[in-house]
Amino acid sequence: MSRRGITLYLHVHQPERVRDYSIFDVSQQHDYFSETGNNERNNRAVFEKVANKSYRPMNSLLQKLLDTHPEFKLSLSITGTFLEQCEQWAPDVLDSFKQLVASGRVEIVAETYYHSLAFFYSRDEFEKQVVAHKQKIRDIFGVETNVFRNTELAYNDELARWADSYGFKGILAEGWDAVLGWRSPNYLYKPSGTRNIGLLLKNYKLSDDIAFRFGNKDWNEWPLSADTYTEWVQASASDSPLINLFMDYETFGEHQWEDTGIFSFFEHFVAKWLSNNDNQFYTVSEAIDANTPVDEVSMPHTVTWADTERDLSAWLGNSMQHEAMRHLYALENDVMRSGNMQLVSDWRKLQTSDHAYYMCTKWFRDGDVHAYFSPYESPYDAFLYYMNAIRDMRWRIMALHHEGASDG
Amino acid sequence: MNILMLGWELPPHNSGGLGVACYHMSKALAINGASIDFVVPYTALHPNTDFMRVHAATPVKPLQRYGLGAYDSAAAEYKSLSESDLEDLSSIRGVQKRYVRFVEQHVNRTAPDAIHAHDWLTMEAGMRAKEITGAPLIVHVHATEFDRSGELYGNPIVHEIEYQGLMMADRIIAVSTITKNLIIHRYHIPADKIEVVHNAFDVDSFLGYEYDRRTYRYLESLKAEGYTVVATVTRFTVQKGLTHFLKAAARACEKYDKLVFLLAGDGEQRDELLALSADLGIADKVLFTGFVRGRQWRDAYNVADIFVMSSVSEPFGLTALEAAHHDNALIISRQCGVGEVLGSVFRFDFWDSDLLADQIVAVATSQALKKELTENVKREYARMSWHDVAAKCMSIYQTARVGAAI
Repeated sequence: MSRRGITLYLHVHQPERVRDYSIFDVSQQHDYFSETGNNERNNRAVFEKVANKSYRPMNSLLQKLLDTHPEFKLSLSITGTFLEQCEQWAPDVLDSFKQLVASGRVEIVAETYYHSLAFFYSRDEFEKQVVAHKQKIRDIFGVETNVFRNTELAYNDELARWADSYGFKGILAEGWDAVLGWRSPNYLYKPSGTRNIGLLLKNYKLSDDIAFRFGNKDWNEWPLSADTYTEWVQASASDSPLINLFMDYETFGEHQWEDTGIFSFFEHFVAKWLSNNDNQFYTVSEAIDANTPVDEVSMPHTVTWADTERDLSAWLGNSMQHEAMRHLYALENDVMRSGNMQLVSDWRKLQTSDHAYYMCTKWFRDGDVHAYFSPYESPYDAFLYYMNAIRDMRWRIMALHHEGASDG
Repeated sequence: MNILMLGWELPPHNSGGLGVACYHMSKALAINGASIDFVVPYTALHPNTDFMRVHAATPVKPLQRYGLGAYDSAAAEYKSLSESDLEDLSSIRGVQKRYVRFVEQHVNRTAPDAIHAHDWLTMEAGMRAKEITGAPLIVHVHATEFDRSGELYGNPIVHEIEYQGLMMADRIIAVSTITKNLIIHRYHIPADKIEVVHNAFDVDSFLGYEYDRRTYRYLESLKAEGYTVVATVTRFTVQKGLTHFLKAAARACEKYDKLVFLLAGDGEQRDELLALSADLGIADKVLFTGFVRGRQWRDAYNVADIFVMSSVSEPFGLTALEAAHHDNALIISRQCGVGEVLGSVFRFDFWDSDLLADQIVAVATSQALKKELTENVKREYARMSWHDVAAKCMSIYQTARVGAAI
């Protein structure tokens, strides 16, 4: 039996939040994302805050672990909207990511540039965003991407077939019990109806122990030590080859604050795991190369890594969200025909799935606002400002059209 | 437990939310086992009140009482009770003096276990009853003079009565955290004496009524052409922030034409509001109904799509819940207590006319948004029950000890 490996995959993302964009701004100002006030819609302020709490300390920890342990490896997916903001507001953070990748032991995972739900609305637009992301990664890091993850790990058989025919060697998804049944997520699988692509499934129990439960004092395992967690991982992998730990990068320092002990926990866990010679880390590509699929997995319906429902209901669960997306994607042809790069870029930034998430009412209406994270006071506010931005997009399209007509 | 309830109005002779709240609270208390003597300052029939004893303190008729200005800060007189004429039942102070006299006689016959006085109107009677019987005084604050006077200072006599009443009360019930904070900061009352008990909403009292489309036929015809009806049902006083609402209406019309505004109610500000709607150039889009009750009142909610509560200071704001029950999307100022128990609403600061305009246009132009707001808010008020309010009151009666000697 080959050695057991952890596939650690962290997702790095920041959206460009829409400011309190008023109906009186429509057709006057087109700066939807430029909040400067002291609030959670101020993208620069949020980015700088998270850079200090998470990106800087975590990247320096990751660099230290790479330097200390030649066996330590990980994979990152970094969205285009993150990279653009990072270039503007924290170039040192971007440099530290480049340094990690330069070690040769950090693989970058492909995804949509704008962290969008385009796969479900426009295949054309979706592919353009995948290409744009590949190019951006090439430009910044000088590496190629070979494994794909869709926004929010939203996955179905159709997506797997697309990724297979596109030429990706692997794809990531949630290892959800309702789909797997008795099967374990700790193996490589083959998506139904594909030929050359491997499917890596998130071990959500072990991943969420860190991502969601680590700092929760009501959790009966709190406080979780690196020793205990290593035992759990070894037990889970006792007769299987893979442990896929997938989570948001911002788990470290932002979702779980430094004072929870998350950084030192992680440092000790990596050392503890590698102290056993049977244990190793894989990048996503290595995990696929080192294993042969044990079975086929079919997910005809979309599965995500979100909520207990593991579906898209946090993004597309109410009529406001459906309306917003419908009106947004209805602009596709006009935006593309305009040839106006600023318009195209704004339209694409509005595709970032976070915008729809902020309009989610499924927790809000049940009074459980604790489970709800949003920079807006309510989902209705999120919808209001978003729709105003859509109105302005329409106005700009019309204005460009008139310009074009008078020009020629 | 014998409760002496000192009120100013009960349905159907109420001019606002105070009477509605008192009625449902008393009913739920009676079901909880309280024996209630409810005093009102006028003589009239009150149907469906056989769960308590309603006492008339004066022979005044309900309609006469509306003219006394009990809720209009500016209309109340500047007289202490000793200066007021017991025989002068055309002035609010005269009626209040007679009300106190009635309560004195009443408690000499039957001593209550607790005295529950509602607002400044009955605080003097409450203090007197406490003095005579030694029973604890619970003052229930539905509104203060600071609320009623809007951005103005208010009537000094009323402020003085409220200050005394709040000082002398053994426990204070505030209808919202906004009100509790106001009592702490403006009247310097210790926070631990004040309990917040939000009002509830009785869905059953709206059963069995059918909307009559003829009541607002003109508005219905506009709706058929795609117009959105934006309404408010209120007293036209400075407290309600209606000038800001009209400015927002004008701003909204700049961006979206198919809007019509229904201002249902009456009050001292009516003429000013009429003139303002003309100044703003939207006179054709603003409908003034005059004082509404019965069918006109209920159908105002029925014809409306959006309900705006623009109050400068609103301790609770029951009409917002009534509007929600009639499928209105709610837009309420942050200065309204009812917002503390509702999440599925739009909020704005009462002076922020541009934001209010933005929110009106957003709802008017999106069926999806309107649907989410109206459906989700229903789940929220469905959780609010008068029985919970009564249970909290009972526990306050039982734990209230006479701490403030007179």
